[in-house]
Amino acid sequence: MSKVGEKTTAIPAPKIVPGGGFDPDLVKQNFPILRQSINGHPLIYLDNAATTQKPVAVIKRLQAYYESDNANVHRGLHTLAERATDAFENTRDKIRTFINAGKRKEIIYTRGATEAINLVAYTYGRQNVGPGDRIVITRMEHHANLIPWLELARQNGAELVYIPINSEGYLDLSEIDTIINDRTKIVALTHMSNVLGTINEVEEIVALAHKKRAVCLIDGAQAVPHMPVDVQSLGADFYVFSAHKMLGPTGLGVLYGREELLQAMPPFNFGGEMISEVRFDKVTWNVLPWKFEAGTPAIAEAVAFAPALDYLENLGMENIRRHEIELTAYALSRLSELKHLTIYGPLNPEHRGGAIAFSDDKIHPHDMATFLDTQGIAVRAGHHCAQPLTRLLGVNSTTRASFYIYNNTNDIDTLHEALLAARRYFGHG
Amino acid sequence: MDEKLNDLYRDILMDHYKYPRGNKNLDNFDLENEGYNPACGDDIHLKIRLDGGKIDDISVDCIGCAISVASGSMLADIVRGKSLEEVIRIAKAVKAMLKGEKVSEDINLGDLEALKGVSKFPVRIKCALLSWTTIIDALEARQAGQKAEISRTE
Repeated sequence: MSKVGEKTTAIPAPKIVPGGGFDPDLVKQNFPILRQSINGHPLIYLDNAATTQKPVAVIKRLQAYYESDNANVHRGLHTLAERATDAFENTRDKIRTFINAGKRKEIIYTRGATEAINLVAYTYGRQNVGPGDRIVITRMEHHANLIPWLELARQNGAELVYIPINSEGYLDLSEIDTIINDRTKIVALTHMSNVLGTINEVEEIVALAHKKRAVCLIDGAQAVPHMPVDVQSLGADFYVFSAHKMLGPTGLGVLYGREELLQAMPPFNFGGEMISEVRFDKVTWNVLPWKFEAGTPAIAEAVAFAPALDYLENLGMENIRRHEIELTAYALSRLSELKHLTIYGPLNPEHRGGAIAFSDDKIHPHDMATFLDTQGIAVRAGHHCAQPLTRLLGVNSTTRASFYIYNNTNDIDTLHEALLAARRYFGHG
Repeated sequence: MDEKLNDLYRDILMDHYKYPRGNKNLDNFDLENEGYNPACGDDIHLKIRLDGGKIDDISVDCIGCAISVASGSMLADIVRGKSLEEVIRIAKAVKAMLKGEKVSEDINLGDLEALKGVSKFPVRIKCALLSWTTIIDALEARQAGQKAEISRTE
């Protein structure tokens, strides 16, 4: 296996301080992009639910891979091919450990969480969902975990039923026993909402789904980066997430699936890599996980995802979760001082992640985002790829600030001041 | 920062945003059209009363950001008393200006020049375009003897 990438040492990731926790200011030093000014102000990056920034270790590994190890995987018999394959497969092992999957063959590389969900909808879904069957999702899903099911239901004559949410931003489970009924084949829900921040009690939903012999897919795109996740203890049948939301490169995602389900599913894409033997009239599929990995995968991205996972493990997912609970608690308290703001989602930081959507009663979110950008603050404004949910909240769009390991309370104070400055600028001060 | 920001939110524009000109309900109108910007959720509803071949009065009901509200207000300000052809010509010139294209010299855009700063903010251009696209669709449909479909800018 290549040692080249590992030799290119970056600033070491900050060590955990006794008693747990880490210093976000030290973390920040590992992220070159954060050392810049935007419009004359130090950059404050609060759009982490969209994508996170990358530490030096990840950037260096990408470069080292292309400088020293680049080759196609699983095919060549030369040294570079062996190095590339080893590094590529090594990340799969790290991912398995990271989410505590039972077997490495249960970890499928995809282009992202979106493709992972589509993979399940197109294969398991088409095979198992028929006319009159039911697919259950929730009203807080990202479009990625909504549209594939809407399409599957439409194409296969199934019905799509939504678990509602209550005014506090939690799932309303009062009717859950009738929603997940005997005809239900798939239950798909987000682990953590990208708009409300709500962390759903997925174990409970998984158990209810299993009682009706339905499978349960969890969209973990917002959860895996921010808290410890153990797919086996959750009981998830499928679990998906994206590398780029957890310090890794773009273009890479993960589908975890229970082996027996993956074995029974037909392939998603057809081509090279996913076959075992090809004759002119007959093909046998490759074994797991490669059955689902047709074509040349995102090799460099997978290789460079390993240092991202190392970085997070070094900080400790429990510590990251604690850091974000503290930041979220602080942000909720500072933002609720501003009476002209409406804050969406649960107010208890223990029940939510650090993605906070809000709206100003006078300033449109797009004006707000433009104003904040001129102060060096990057936030997201819009419907956050969850249009039905945004409408349900009674607005067309919201502004969202979302935190990660390099954010601190000063960032939130700066945001607070800028939100007040925006009121003055737009004549509502 | 303020310089860049003021380029977008010019004084004239901010005045239109705070006091939108076409913000009323027109009871008697001859044509109407709705515009929608799915990416932002901006929503505009135009009602137009004609007098002969000219626009007698207009109401602009816009729910959106400062740019889309101000742009709709400036539209309301400029179209009264003008013929359909003239308004279409001006609206197309404003669209060209917003997209950074060349505007023919025989059109005097006057205060509408204040919208020019928006072209420096690529993601905000569609906000300013909405009202102009909506009125072009309304008037061209009228000229063709049809009713306009809901307009969209993305």
